[in-house]
Amino acid sequence: MHNPYLPYPVRIESVVTESEDRNQKTFKLVFLNPEDEARFRYMPGQFAELSVAGQGEIPIGIASSPTEKGFIMFTVNKVGKVSSHLHNMQEGDIMGVRGPLGNWYPWDTLEGKNVVIIGGGFAFTTLRSSIVYMLDPENRSKYGNIDVVYGARMPGLLLYKEELAAWEQRDDINMHITVDGTTDPNWKYNVGFVPTVTKEKAPSADNAYAIICGPPIMIKFTLPVLTELGFPPDRIISSLEMRMKCGIGICGRCNIGTEYVCKDGPVFTLEKLATLPNEY
Amino acid sequence: MSEIYIAREKLPGIVEQWMGRYRLFGPVFQGQYHEFEQVKQPGAVDLDFVNTKLSPKGLFHPQAEKMFEFTLDKQNPEAGILKEIPRDYSERVILGIRPCDARAFVLDDVNFNTNDIKDPWWVRRRECSTLVGLACNDPCSTCFCTSVGGGPFDTAGLDVLLVDVGDGFVAQAVTPKGEDLLAGIQGDPMPGEAPQKIEDLKKAAEASLGKAFQVESFTQKNMLDLFSDPLWEEVQFSCINCGTCTFVCPTCWCFDIQDEVSEDKGARMRLWDACMFPLFTYHGSGHNPRGQKLQRVRQRFMHKLKYYPDKYGNGVACVGCGRCVKACPVNIDIRQVARLMSDGCVCPA
Ligand SMILES: Cc1cc2nc3c(=O)[nH]c(=O)nc-3n(C[C@H](O)[C@H](O)[C@H](O)COP(=O)(O)OP(=O)(O)OC[C@H]3O[C@@H](n4cnc5c(N)ncnc54)[C@H](O)[C@@H]3O)c2cc1C
Ligand code: SF4
Ligand code: SF4
Ligand code: FES
Repeated sequence: MHNPYLPYPVRIESVVTESEDRNQKTFKLVFLNPEDEARFRYMPGQFAELSVAGQGEIPIGIASSPTEKGFIMFTVNKVGKVSSHLHNMQEGDIMGVRGPLGNWYPWDTLEGKNVVIIGGGFAFTTLRSSIVYMLDPENRSKYGNIDVVYGARMPGLLLYKEELAAWEQRDDINMHITVDGTTDPNWKYNVGFVPTVTKEKAPSADNAYAIICGPPIMIKFTLPVLTELGFPPDRIISSLEMRMKCGIGICGRCNIGTEYVCKDGPVFTLEKLATLPNEY
Repeated sequence: MSEIYIAREKLPGIVEQWMGRYRLFGPVFQGQYHEFEQVKQPGAVDLDFVNTKLSPKGLFHPQAEKMFEFTLDKQNPEAGILKEIPRDYSERVILGIRPCDARAFVLDDVNFNTNDIKDPWWVRRRECSTLVGLACNDPCSTCFCTSVGGGPFDTAGLDVLLVDVGDGFVAQAVTPKGEDLLAGIQGDPMPGEAPQKIEDLKKAAEASLGKAFQVESFTQKNMLDLFSDPLWEEVQFSCINCGTCTFVCPTCWCFDIQDEVSEDKGARMRLWDACMFPLFTYHGSGHNPRGQKLQRVRQRFMHKLKYYPDKYGNGVACVGCGRCVKACPVNIDIRQVARLMSDGCVCPA
């Protein structure tokens, strides 16, 4: 019987400090056993439990795309016990990964649709996975226009800066990068909060779905903008966070009403969320 | 299915015989109360009990259990890699379990054993266990199994049902597993009046229970309406969030996972946890979706009486054992909560 609690052993291949405040680091992990890599088949939107022996496990969104082979990638914000320990780990260190866990963005439904991606702060991880996935030459023709609104408090806090710059250069994705404020005279992109920039850029709701991830306050003020643009609740998709342990719907802690965020989520439409208690 | 009669004085001999063939677990008197444990002496099993203080869930889901072991010794090439631990899954007999508790395991199965994800420890322990239940001739005042779909002679989840008919026990096989167990023992001649006696005992036991509430009157209500009902204000008022109710309950399965380390050896542990504790849902960021007592109390009752039935279509996640009613230090009574959920908040006149 496959043991869903047993992490696959992985080696840290690289550690990159993403943000100026050094609170976010990106870890590329390589499976020690090729069979484990073959079992770890995921879709953008899923997450995994990162396991550090002696410290514990943390649920982290998968930031790499299944189209990127040979490694998996996670961007971890330094918060408490496990994430702080992880921040001090080095290339070559051995740790574990358990997953993939949870559901994913509805890629089948999104085929033939325009996709609007809205992200804030360090919750951009599974959105990066989604963008890389859609831009893959094998996949790009399956989706219509891709609009991305991505904001951070200041330029130094944006994740994946080189990739953002590269996407800006492409004509098959409309990037709207923004910061709350900056003193950098060379800042080429937008200044303003995510809801305001979304309103300005007004991506069309025609045949479109919106995927939104970010701090609760950003989501709260962006949802009315999306509604105004004509996105109905069944075409607004979000990913939720709850404290987790098992990640497989058994330990009982991450429920919102009848739904376990780890197993029935973390991805929900706004339409579904409206039927659940507002307790998250 | 076969049925045999075991004269009272023969029972210890049969227990001894089973002990030779299986690991045997049963109710043992602990000085103040009964608990289920592995039986070392045939005479230690005491079937003259109402029910154990703790539910027998620990037989399948121990309060504290090592999930994996690991070494942190850098010299060891396996350092930092979690390893499975050998466990004893040899056949075992659990004797004297009450019908409510056996039924609780059936309700818990839908959590631990799903089509796509299986908790291997739960599933294998369930597989290697034969449950020999003991019908309740004298339910106590806090029992309400018949209000939640069970009964004092219910056989759901059991492999064998024992009925105490006075001078002995009638053992009825319920499953092929139970059939196999009974095939191995020599019964005594069945007294002619036994079948009638069983009928009478069952009727009397059921009659003594009555209906504490009507399940459909709240399971059919809208989830959000129940969630936002003012009744939770009243229910939570006296609760001290001690978690005792969850600890004793056979259908409270929530757990935490924590690593323990001593020098360079460690283990990943799983430990009972409970929705009554603020840390249960506390995010590293400081945000807590159930930071208030009201939210936690509501979670416990809504999970049992509304979320679970809605999710699985399997009835409520309470078997009416009454343990939480007995153990709560401030006398919060799930039967009263169920009635409030049926009728809305009724303040005492
Ligand atoms: C589906 C999902 C995806 C996530 N993706 C990311 C991501 O891509 N990058 C990122 O930096 N963070 C992400 N998080 C949040 C991240 O899991 C927490 O910040 C992290 O668990 C904190 O752990 P800690 O040990 O450092 O903190 P502590 O406060 O010491 O937490 C102790 C333990 O509680 C649990 N826990 C605490 N906070 C959370 C939380 N917010 N969510 C879930 N479990 C928690 C963990 O098991 C943790 O080990 C995600 C959370 C979820 C639920
Ligand atoms: S909620 Fe109370 S009465 Fe119901 S099964 Fe649990 S302990 Fe028994
Ligand atoms: S036993 Fe009673 S006081 Fe303690 S948490 Fe349960 S309901 Fe609250
Ligand atoms: S994290 Fe255990 S049930 Fe969701």
